Amino acid sequence: MAVADRRFSLGATARRAARRLLSSAPVLFGVLVLTFLLMRVLPGDPAVFFASGPNAGQAEIEAVRKQMGLDRPIPEQLLRYLEDVGTGQLGRSMTTGQPVVKDLRERLPASLELTFAALLIALTLSIPLGILAALRPGSAIDHGVRLLCSLGVCVPTFVSGLLLIYVFYYLLGYAPDPTGRLDVFAASPPGITGFLIIDFALTGDGEGWRAAAAQLVLPAVTMALFVIAPLARITRASMLAVLGSDFIRTARSLGLSRTRIVVTYALRNAILPVLTIAGIVFSTMLGANVLVEKVFSWPGVASYALDALLSSDYAPVQGFVLLMAAIFVAVNLIVDLLYGLADPRVSIS
Amino acid sequence: MLGHLGWVLRRNPLTALASAGALVLCLVAAFSPWLTPYDPIASDVPIALQPPSAAHWAGTDQLGRDLLSRIIAATRLDLAIALSAVGFSFVVGAVIGSFCGYAGGKLDRAVGRLVDVLMAFPLFVLAMAMVAALGNRVENIVVATALINLPFYIRFARAEVNVRRDLGWVEAARAAGESHAAVVLRYLLPNILPAMAVQISLNLGWAILNAAGLSFIGLGVRPPTPEWGILVAEGARFITTGKWWLVAFPGLALMLSVLCFNLMGDGLRDILDPRQRT
Repeated sequence: MAVADRRFSLGATARRAARRLLSSAPVLFGVLVLTFLLMRVLPGDPAVFFASGPNAGQAEIEAVRKQMGLDRPIPEQLLRYLEDVGTGQLGRSMTTGQPVVKDLRERLPASLELTFAALLIALTLSIPLGILAALRPGSAIDHGVRLLCSLGVCVPTFVSGLLLIYVFYYLLGYAPDPTGRLDVFAASPPGITGFLIIDFALTGDGEGWRAAAAQLVLPAVTMALFVIAPLARITRASMLAVLGSDFIRTARSLGLSRTRIVVTYALRNAILPVLTIAGIVFSTMLGANVLVEKVFSWPGVASYALDALLSSDYAPVQGFVLLMAAIFVAVNLIVDLLYGLADPRVSIS
Repeated sequence: MLGHLGWVLRRNPLTALASAGALVLCLVAAFSPWLTPYDPIASDVPIALQPPSAAHWAGTDQLGRDLLSRIIAATRLDLAIALSAVGFSFVVGAVIGSFCGYAGGKLDRAVGRLVDVLMAFPLFVLAMAMVAALGNRVENIVVATALINLPFYIRFARAEVNVRRDLGWVEAARAAGESHAAVVLRYLLPNILPAMAVQISLNLGWAILNAAGLSFIGLGVRPPTPEWGILVAEGARFITTGKWWLVAFPGLALMLSVLCFNLMGDGLRDILDPRQRT
């Protein structure tokens, strides 16, 4: 019986995933078109850039323009662009001279590593805090959590990051030089996953692992501080609602232990809204990474896009925006699937 | 009316404090040229990079400019950007959202799709790209901040109007011969204003952070114009050598202003809709 149930829910989950993916197709298409239009509005003529230089003759520029298809009508350009994106061609960055796809692939692990670490720190702090606050509403700890939340969202990441550098690098000397993922003198591990922490662990290089982790801690904490507030708030609100419900009262009257009631029964029922917010937070963090990556000279996709943007190199920006939108859709999908795992009732309805 | 307001503020001392803080901020912004102890852009190199002292409460920067004066002078620009951006997205978003929520049908679905597309972008990145596209100027920070806020206002106004459009008093207005436009603009919009006021207050803090973030990465406002984000960016170069005040004081200004608007928004929500209290 249990096996049959499980198979049923797996099938339902797959169907739900397919449906979600289909329903997000128009959004992705809209994102593509909007990015295309945005890039056409951006100042600067790509043909001039790609011609031999600013002194290139008019004839040469015209030839490049024709070659790039920029003399065609806009709808045709859009079709060509969609074809390019479909075949995984996002153009070439003028600053690095490499295809944008290659650049993004090299840098995405750095951004993801930072974001995952930050989310992990934020979740391990905010869920217990939210639960504690919900267990004793109106108590000192509840007010403390609320104060922490109110303050957390008010400090911009670029300020808290710099102050953390001041305290832990300048004053205490615990943290390494805040420049990038790894000391310039340290040997980088073979690129297995691109996540330094995982790669070092896989190769059993303890020293390298510690070095990479030391570089990761401050930027990750900086980002985590900013997102603890929404996560702790939603945990508290959701837990409060669940703790007030009848089945918790029943569990109490049956004499179940406090831990069992809170962790097994209440938390599992309260986790859905937390998942939703965690998904949103993850996507926002990937985008808002720019500031943290800039403060810590982190070689991620966001700082790559920013550098490109500031030097009027638009192919990387376009690729970055598309990547972020795709990740956004993917994260929403994953959150949706996790819903089904956390609460099987969702996948039936 | 005023008596009721006083009663509400006495019941919520934190909200009262935050509102007072917001008022002080606006006053500082309005009178900043008369409040700065020194000229905010006059450099005095011999006293460069001095820590806070009796003469310079917040210390001096790399050109010997008084940091406190620069922070005070920046208040006007930062608040002006945030207020105009939020005002813009509120007016446009409320009108579009209300009409969509009232009319429903094709228009509603089309706008809903567009909002979905806008919200699928990482918002800060969208703002970055827009400032780059429109030109690196202050007005465009306002436009970009307004545009990334717009979807939230449209959704909010749409939902609020949608639940009210078939209520008795709306029906009555229609029966009395009011046109659809008048029903939306004169009856429904004023009715959802209190709920939207909460959104505006919470949004102001976010807009301030957003604008400061953009200028921190070098978009929008240019040095030597005093602006909180730029002040932090300038101080960032000296943080590894221990010049903390260059980052801490502009950061404090940012934090306090965002805190005031956020607490005010929370307080407003508690007053207007006690069920949503968190």
